[in-house]
Amino acid sequence: MSRLRTTTALTLARTAGILSRRLGFGGGTSLPGQLARAIDPAILTNFCHALPAGVILIAGTNGKTTTSRMLAAILEQAGVSLLHNRAGANLLPGLTTVAINNADWRGLPRASCALFETDEAALPQAIAETHPRLVVLLNLFRDQLDRYGEIDTIARHWRQALQQLPATSTVVFNADDPAIADIVHQLPVRTVAFGLADERHAVGAATHIADSQFCHTCGHRYQYQRIFYAHIGHYVCPQCGHRRPDPVIALTVLEPRGLEGSDLQIDHPNGQIRFHVPLPGLYNAQNALAATAAALALGIDTSTICIALSQIQAAFGRIERISAGSHGPTMLIALIKNPVGASETVRMFTTATTRPLHLLIAINDRFADGTDVSWLWDADFEPLAQRVAHVTVSGTRAADMALRLDYAGVATEAITVIDDLPTALDTALAALPPGETLAILPTYTAMLELRSEITRRGWARPFWEA
Amino acid sequence: MQLTLRLAHLYPDHMNVYGDRGNIIALRQRCQRRHIALEVIPVNPGDTVDWQTMDLAFFGGGQDSGQALIASDLIERQGPGLRAAIAADLVVLAICGGYQLLGHYFLTHTGERLPGLGVLDVYTIAGKRRMIGNIVIEVDLGKGPWQLVGFENHSGRTFHGPGVQPLGRVLVGYGDNGQDRKGGAIYRNTFGCYLHGALLPKNPQLTDHLIELALRRRYGTQVELAPLPAERELTAQRVMVQRLLSRR
Repeated sequence: MSRLRTTTALTLARTAGILSRRLGFGGGTSLPGQLARAIDPAILTNFCHALPAGVILIAGTNGKTTTSRMLAAILEQAGVSLLHNRAGANLLPGLTTVAINNADWRGLPRASCALFETDEAALPQAIAETHPRLVVLLNLFRDQLDRYGEIDTIARHWRQALQQLPATSTVVFNADDPAIADIVHQLPVRTVAFGLADERHAVGAATHIADSQFCHTCGHRYQYQRIFYAHIGHYVCPQCGHRRPDPVIALTVLEPRGLEGSDLQIDHPNGQIRFHVPLPGLYNAQNALAATAAALALGIDTSTICIALSQIQAAFGRIERISAGSHGPTMLIALIKNPVGASETVRMFTTATTRPLHLLIAINDRFADGTDVSWLWDADFEPLAQRVAHVTVSGTRAADMALRLDYAGVATEAITVIDDLPTALDTALAALPPGETLAILPTYTAMLELRSEITRRGWARPFWEA
Repeated sequence: MQLTLRLAHLYPDHMNVYGDRGNIIALRQRCQRRHIALEVIPVNPGDTVDWQTMDLAFFGGGQDSGQALIASDLIERQGPGLRAAIAADLVVLAICGGYQLLGHYFLTHTGERLPGLGVLDVYTIAGKRRMIGNIVIEVDLGKGPWQLVGFENHSGRTFHGPGVQPLGRVLVGYGDNGQDRKGGAIYRNTFGCYLHGALLPKNPQLTDHLIELALRRRYGTQVELAPLPAERELTAQRVMVQRLLSRR
């Protein structure tokens, strides 16, 4: 009975996926899983149970897509037969779809290991269903409060779920985020801390979007010796002494190389590794650090890590480089979806180059973006003042974004509002002087729209193949 | 004469969710563009404040943990001075958690009564359902009716006593309690409501009203607020009001 149920679930779900793509509804990255789960609720659990090398989950507000992609590249370089939700469908139906697409007719896996980036709200259920051998926790920032609620609530749910992990599991975590370190504190599993140690990248003081500035043990304000951004840094509670755990895997040197990437040096218990990661910004250096820590925890050798990370390509819309036609200008697409991520993206563009910036910012307020655009006021767009040659603003909340830039000090005559995204893209490209790069900052659904537009123009492949 | 206004930002580190600092950005921009200096003074737990020197105060929303950490400081340390200043027409804008904390009390799910400052004649009862979405309120601040737009996200239901005037009537959304169409409350120069968005950037009529009230209180009723265009602000407001009213 159970096998018949699984087979039925698989057949129906796969047919739905093929139909969805043929009928032009998109990649079918969630629907098949949703159908299969309705017929056979245990389908993902049984599948994961049969994976010889087990399941890896990656969660965090920012960086999970890029970090998963980096870890996947390392595992593939190491010869692991891997399945991975690389199209970014990170709710349980998405995870289940990946499982179905990699299962034989009995529902058993055709790979040895699964790597899933997991949505913040879905992590507890994903832990319960997949019994992961490794969980990587990146950070917790405010994000779509209309959907997720407060980060305190998410942190509590994560901790409850992680307490159910078998003692043989490993949790690799970001020691620089006090919210994450608190979740992991005294968990009865193996824990591996990673953290930033190149203090040249610290900023002066705690920023206004720091969410977890208060000690989770006693409520007193943390003292920061170093702060890198938001609430990420080296902290200690002056009242109870609760402090940042010492990372065993530390980013000791981060040498930025403009928009081309960074040179990194990472210290680990058995030595040191150095490589160039071809993705720019502190953020991506941190993602590379997290992927390295996870790979080391899995026992992968350092030369494999270096080879894989020095060849990494940007994930879909994560500072992804695309040419507008065969001889057209370069577009750099950087998804923005929450205040900390948007602020860091702005910081990356304004520090990587001294040239005037050419921007297209597209803000939508559909469900997947978060229907509340209040976050635009928590993000720091102020560094763009005096730095923007031209910015085209688009999306369902273009007027809000234009006002945000106006109040951030961007010259009002540099701002053009065009609601329709394809028209906005044309305008932005037309305003671009030869040799310059167009930086595109879309929210999630604006990025999908943009992707389908540039795919239609033949400039890029569809996202589920990217 | 250089006009200067002093704004007390209540507990900026604890009460800072949902982009509420956009309200400070809006006040600063619309002051600066009129050559009015706006001094922002953060008020953190343990700080001593001379409320008589303040012209404006802003009090945003926070996470529950943040709210719990500052409530006693608000009531015990700042209470007497802030209460007296509000009675003397200090211009106050309080959003969400800040609004609730200016009321009499918050009644939790377990029946616990968490006291507020009690300067606004409102009280809040914990609700089961979270009220989330865009909101439009029709207001009249003395220059004719207009529609104020924002985003609400709260489960507390706030009810008014006779000591406050409603800020406006809810056209779209839940409002203070989801029942009586009241959206926000006014007492003297204190304004409280649930509107994030942030509220002030897209509602320049209210921003200017608060600045004007503060200027007249400080520099005398003959002071006129210099006219200032608000094209981008009003476009953002109109786009959302039209979209929301057309879906009713």
